[in-house]
Amino acid sequence: MTEWPLYEVFLRGKRGLNHVHVGSLHAADPEMALHHARDLYTRRNEGVSIWVVPAAMITASSPDEKDPFFAPAGDKVYRHPTFYEIPDDVPHM
Amino acid sequence: MIEDEFGAYHALTESEDDHRWAFGTGFTDALEGVDTGVAEGIDGDALAAYCLMLGDDALIYSHRLQQWITRAPELEEETALGNIALDLLGQARMLLARAGRADGTGRDEDRFAFFRDEHEFRNVRLVERLDQDFAELVARLLIFSAFRLALFDGLRASTDPVLSAIAEKGVKELTYHRDYAASWVVRLGDGTELSHRRMQAAIEVNWPLLDELFTPHAVEAALAGVAVEVGTLRAEVEAVLDTVLATASLDRPDLAPMAKLRGLAGRDGVHTEALGMLLAELQSVARAHPDATW
Amino acid sequence: MTMSLDAPDETMLQQHFDSTIAHEHRVEPRDWMPDGYRKTMIRQIAQHAHSEIIGMQPEGNWITRAPSLRRKAVLLAKVQDEAGHGMYLYSAAETLGADRADLTDKLVHGQQKYSSIFNYPTLSYADVGVIGWLVDGAAICNQVPLCRSSYGPYGRAMIRICKEESFHQRQGYELLMTMMAGTDAQRAMVQGAVDRFWWPSLMMFGPPDDASVNTEQSMAWGIKRHTNDELRQRFVDMSVPQAEKLGVRLPDPELAWNDARQHYDFGSVDWDELSAVIKGNGPCNAQRVAHRKAAHDEGAWVRDAATAYAAKTSRRLEAKT
Repeated sequence: MTEWPLYEVFLRGKRGLNHVHVGSLHAADPEMALHHARDLYTRRNEGVSIWVVPAAMITASSPDEKDPFFAPAGDKVYRHPTFYEIPDDVPHM
Repeated sequence: MIEDEFGAYHALTESEDDHRWAFGTGFTDALEGVDTGVAEGIDGDALAAYCLMLGDDALIYSHRLQQWITRAPELEEETALGNIALDLLGQARMLLARAGRADGTGRDEDRFAFFRDEHEFRNVRLVERLDQDFAELVARLLIFSAFRLALFDGLRASTDPVLSAIAEKGVKELTYHRDYAASWVVRLGDGTELSHRRMQAAIEVNWPLLDELFTPHAVEAALAGVAVEVGTLRAEVEAVLDTVLATASLDRPDLAPMAKLRGLAGRDGVHTEALGMLLAELQSVARAHPDATW
Repeated sequence: MTMSLDAPDETMLQQHFDSTIAHEHRVEPRDWMPDGYRKTMIRQIAQHAHSEIIGMQPEGNWITRAPSLRRKAVLLAKVQDEAGHGMYLYSAAETLGADRADLTDKLVHGQQKYSSIFNYPTLSYADVGVIGWLVDGAAICNQVPLCRSSYGPYGRAMIRICKEESFHQRQGYELLMTMMAGTDAQRAMVQGAVDRFWWPSLMMFGPPDDASVNTEQSMAWGIKRHTNDELRQRFVDMSVPQAEKLGVRLPDPELAWNDARQHYDFGSVDWDELSAVIKGNGPCNAQRVAHRKAAHDEGAWVRDAATAYAAKTSRRLEAKT
């Protein structure tokens, strides 16, 4: 069984402000994501503008200069950096 | 440092501002500050009965939604159902409070909710059944909210300013409920083979109770200009349902309406067996302590 | 040294991480962090999320029986908030690479814990008030310091949560005040609920410091900011005057103001009872997990249908373009 994909949620609380990231949620499709975002993050406050973006669609950079090592792919907000693990049988380590 | 951190804890003694928390949590009188006088020429008893009809629909259906809390198929649906149940509870409170002013008895919302017997409830029978699965939940929510939205839309033009204001607020809420339900009916109808079968069955379980929604009642007839003529809503509501069913690849059932009893049904206080059990639960604590204040 | 030239030196990364912590800067999702930190953080956030979700049940038990429509609205909004808190927290755990489905799976199969307090039953409507006052109060004591957690997403989720928790605590206390001003039966109900929940609330702060295995490392990492015993003392000191104002008796004969310490002395917690509850033998352990599992299992066909529908619609959309 597959899990519903993760969506990142951005809200603009008032006209004149930017959309701000507030969190994420799971939904099967974008329409459901919007419904859920409205329920969870605005508690149905009319007049709040909502963006939902599939988390998998976000390409991100990290402010850290060592970034390339920690962002092996842009397809997930987090990827575990296991690639510099050294096998036990490597000699002289 | 530890002292500064506990500001939230000390908020306990600060002034009340929970009304921003969720509608209905910050007041005991849902119509506080509202002019609830009954205009000349309007029959107060009929108006009260009408408010109970609309209020009981929301109260009883909200109860059925509350029973889903902690049982929803996904956490996101918990918050959605909680919101819908809260909206309907809010509508019920205003309408029951209005009834107590209109009939001159001064009974408050709790008097009506907790201390009436089964035969005094005026809700339609559609709202009484216990849902057997999530398909039944969304099927009934679709029918109920499509009907109530059409009704409230008409009620905005009511000559009773209180009803008109309640309807104005309710239309926004009900539009959301209907859209939420419709999108789920479509997902389940057009989802998997299993979900399609369950969705079709759920529509069929609720369909025989549709007809009662559009059956005119003497109370409405006595309130020309105040009440909405439900017979006129049928075409609009059925058009909405037909569109959703077609989009969901579901068949419109061809089923006879549930019969009445000596010509009487929910609006007259003649209900299904489900209501008695529901009220036993709803009223148990309040009735065990009739002199208590909560 | 056979490590690839591109790979950063782990010592440098560790130093960078240590200096982030030392400067009270926040660790953010894509930063390097020690595996132990990540695992501890995921475990802590997941257990917290599970607690919010399981915590819906003892109070949810009373929604349909709430004795006034206002109390019903309050309780419904509160339980709904808890679902929201659970989601904020799962979402914070996901930024660490955890998967919500996997965490839920661990919860419903008893492989991850939640707060033991929810394994006690709610037996009267006064329990709703006492949970707000004492249980949410203890949770606030535990959680307010977490708003400054070294892990950014967790700290931000906690700020949101603590704001809402203060409503919860206030509604509970207000319900109890109203009930104490009501009938004798209501006052007895409140006292009964306080008797049942006082000790379990003190247990919410965890084992005493000398027996707590995780405290030291967690404090060094800025995951935890005060010891269990410090927070427990703090909670007792705040609760005693509130109990007096309410007119209820806290069920501890050893409770007394100590002028020298400037704190209340209190009796010792029955750790045997707590460990029985933690091990799964509490009054409601099996029931709570079974309920959550049933909801999750019974919802599977719904989640599957939504996934299938989403796949169908995106195929249809592709076919059109």
